[in-house]
Amino acid sequence: MLTVAVLLPIVGAVILAVIPKGREEVLKAWALLVTLATAAVGVYLLVAFDYAKSGQLQFTVNTEWIPVINSRYHIGIDGISLPLLILSMVITVLCVIYSWDHFPEPHNPKAFLILMLLLETGMNGTFAAEDLILFFVFFELVLLPMYFMIGVWGGPNRQYAAIKFFLYTLFGSALMILAFLALYFKGGETFDIPLLIAQGGTIGHSTQVLIFAGLFMGFAIKVPMFPFHTWLPDAHTEAPTVGSVILAAVLLKLGTYGFIRIAIPILPDAAMTWAPWIGLLAVIGIIYGALGCLAQKDMKRLIAFSSVAHMGFVMLGIATLTSFGINAAVFGMVAHGLITGMLFFIAGSVQERFNTREISRLGGLLLQAPRLGWVLGFCVFASLGLPGLAGFWGEFPAILASYQPAQGLQLWVFRTYMVVASIGTVFAAGYLLWMLQRVAFGTAKTEFEKSHIHDIHIPEYIAWTPLLLGIVALGIFPSLLFHVTDKAVTVVTSGVTQLASAR
Amino acid sequence: MSILAAAAAATSFKAPSLDYHALAPEIILTATILLVLVADLFASEDQKWLVANLAGFGLLATMVPIVSLALSDGSHVRSMVGGSYVVDDFSLVLKGLFIVVGYVVCLMAHRYVEEGDYYEGEFYFLLLCSILGMVVMASSRDLIAIFVALETLSIPGYILAGWRKRDLKSNEASLKYYLLGVMASAVMLYGMSLIFGFTGSTLLTDIGAAINAPGPNGGHQAVVTMGILFIIVGFAFKVSAVPFHAWAPDTYEGAPTPVTAFLSVASKTGGFVALFELVYIGFFGRSDVWGPLFGVLAVLSMTVGNLIALRQTNIVRMLAYSSIAQAGFILVPFAVAGTSPSAAQSALTASIVYLLVYAAMNLGAFSVVIAVARKTRSGEISSYGGLFEYAPGLAVLMTIFMFSLAGIPPLAGAWAKIFVFRAVLDAGTGWAVALGVAAAVNSVIGLFYYSSVARQMWMTPVPDGDRTPVAVPAPLVAALGITVSVVLAIGVYPQAFARLGELASG
Repeated sequence: MLTVAVLLPIVGAVILAVIPKGREEVLKAWALLVTLATAAVGVYLLVAFDYAKSGQLQFTVNTEWIPVINSRYHIGIDGISLPLLILSMVITVLCVIYSWDHFPEPHNPKAFLILMLLLETGMNGTFAAEDLILFFVFFELVLLPMYFMIGVWGGPNRQYAAIKFFLYTLFGSALMILAFLALYFKGGETFDIPLLIAQGGTIGHSTQVLIFAGLFMGFAIKVPMFPFHTWLPDAHTEAPTVGSVILAAVLLKLGTYGFIRIAIPILPDAAMTWAPWIGLLAVIGIIYGALGCLAQKDMKRLIAFSSVAHMGFVMLGIATLTSFGINAAVFGMVAHGLITGMLFFIAGSVQERFNTREISRLGGLLLQAPRLGWVLGFCVFASLGLPGLAGFWGEFPAILASYQPAQGLQLWVFRTYMVVASIGTVFAAGYLLWMLQRVAFGTAKTEFEKSHIHDIHIPEYIAWTPLLLGIVALGIFPSLLFHVTDKAVTVVTSGVTQLASAR
Repeated sequence: MSILAAAAAATSFKAPSLDYHALAPEIILTATILLVLVADLFASEDQKWLVANLAGFGLLATMVPIVSLALSDGSHVRSMVGGSYVVDDFSLVLKGLFIVVGYVVCLMAHRYVEEGDYYEGEFYFLLLCSILGMVVMASSRDLIAIFVALETLSIPGYILAGWRKRDLKSNEASLKYYLLGVMASAVMLYGMSLIFGFTGSTLLTDIGAAINAPGPNGGHQAVVTMGILFIIVGFAFKVSAVPFHAWAPDTYEGAPTPVTAFLSVASKTGGFVALFELVYIGFFGRSDVWGPLFGVLAVLSMTVGNLIALRQTNIVRMLAYSSIAQAGFILVPFAVAGTSPSAAQSALTASIVYLLVYAAMNLGAFSVVIAVARKTRSGEISSYGGLFEYAPGLAVLMTIFMFSLAGIPPLAGAWAKIFVFRAVLDAGTGWAVALGVAAAVNSVIGLFYYSSVARQMWMTPVPDGDRTPVAVPAPLVAALGITVSVVLAIGVYPQAFARLGELASG
């Protein structure tokens, strides 16, 4: 069943390629059908998933694939991958609905939808893969469609942004594949993630540290962490709305997911050595992202920088190496996916109405399109971590976790990070509210005074409602998610706790 | 008396026993060559298409004994003429590759030669001769056999490069290729004579034994070092490794495009096959000489090839430099092969898998170049602007080939690179890992110029506004179909080629 969830979109894409270009309605209907069918499989997985055993892999398939290098087609999901898989499925459906009537220039819905389906296979596959080579293939599969999505349908500076995105991520993954192969030869000639987790601890410390460095480059660029983040604002700003949404909601999670699924459980010893540095980069990211936001003139660019800050919280949670922190990180990933995805949707809709995203030219959204203005306000509050909404449960526990990091990590270091991160939340409130104030409050600027601004469209309602409901639901009942992830996270951190107790 | 003695000697000569099944591919190919030559004599101008078809069918017929040999029982090793001509899994895999590549080149050349008003019969005759040389090369286990095969595959190449004889660039291509090729042969022959002088044998297995022999008379003498050095440098010209690459861009640009495809894939593979035989059988004991040498050649080829490719505006020149860089990737495993027996196995598998994949994606790219040039009459990368708008099929194919060359999963090229990385890490030494990192960085540089072609096709407008679709003739469609299905199929199921590579290196 999981195989269907992974491969259905790509099969749908192949069929889509055969449908003639002129039959636009058929194309759209087919794409929607495929994504809905995939999401239906997701619902089945949600129902059939055994929540009592969420720490174990379920729906596993493990068959021969490339015997020559001992790589297998091994997929499965546990409590960490399930929510992310569902997130990716839901976001894709909503993106198809959102783009129903407004495909960005140069139009061509056929190619656009094919790329979207390819992206979905890549994302679903990454969250399901339990073999390093398989993981690598899916991890890379998202690059090409996203490159074209930005480069063909993007903004004025799209070609630069597209190639920058591509080169950065490819550089990371080239080092990542070297690290994977090193794991293969040092970890008992296997690419199987569960097997490697069982054997990874036997690798010598200095080798572990080196391999971790390779993995770190691959994942940190994807997240992106502080010094490697520069591709993100460009890619987000130039990408078409749907591209930005998928990029923010799902693609960034591939990096953090890689840390949780591969780097930390397989190499707990090296993770201990690296954790303080990861934490440092994470808090730099929080502060730097926030300061970057304050300087932005473009709405999308501002949201992009806020992503850097939010992913900083996620990485801080991961760096504590405690099950508390990693639970928070997974929650933060899902929450950021919902909230930032929403924010990018809104930014896209604003651009469509005003033909600009420049904050200084906007104003009075609440008067001209009150519903859109309120949704923006809602998402801004969710994003700055208002208790009762989803964003809170990603940020607050991550900060709390750094009060008491895993045994063996230096307390004062992480407590310093805690203080800095808390200051970051104040900044977050600052830049987000400031943006809301400038965009939504007051009256419209003279140039848009007379123009008629349409409020929320039907496709927008359909695309946004599930996300908004998700933000509220997870905000009020965070245990919905914590309950699923907790056992799986304990498995992830078991290597670290064993190390700590051995000392 | 001397006549009598000679006669006596002659009677004592025993004809070597020949395994006709094992030789069947070469025999069929030779028969096809003669047929093509005769048919060309009697065919009138408007019947020349017969010759092309004859050549194509001959190549397909050659595949039959190759497959039957591969499927036959037993150990698959059929050794002849005292071990200097061997048919085993290694040679069968590579013979199959040469034949298929030859067939695809025939498909690519079909309309090109016909419409360009070039000599047709002779073209296919020379092409087949060159392929015969390659097929022989795959079985040669003797210095003399290797040299004969090398000249058989090279000399038709020199002539073919100048096929557009009224074009100065083509003349330049041919002459440059010829002069440098002959010089390389001379250097190589000198090296071979040194090796022969030391070991007293031309047979690779004997040479291997003599070089491995311990003691002061063993293989660790300067004369052996010199011999190996000369031979490898000679072949470095053949595979256009930096710094022996200077002929390649000019030759590739000037030669007719199908010939360029042939040279950059088949002829280069021929050089690599010879290197496999020499290094893994003959000189394996002296990895202290060839290991670092290959390391330097590999890093230089990848880096210089990639960096110069970045600056190219002509697609064929860009592909020429890209093929130099790709040759660097194929050389990487050589550099680490001497570390351990398991590393040698991984390295040979990696190189062979890379060659198989490289053949498919590079031929595919050249097929698209030929197809597009039928409309635009230009080789400039900028002439690809907006290709997606008026020829979406070609644009998608070219995108697939370009990103496969760049090594992006899930396309075949990614597996080629993964196998190279695997060989490097199997060796596991610090130098090997550094080499791996150099290769990784280079694959990122490569992406930049490969993606620039994709950028032209998808993201820029049509330069002259001419949106008439491109008419692609049927043989070219077949060539594109074969290559793209290999690239996609191997991308999803690399086991097929990986198994071939493993068999060939076993």
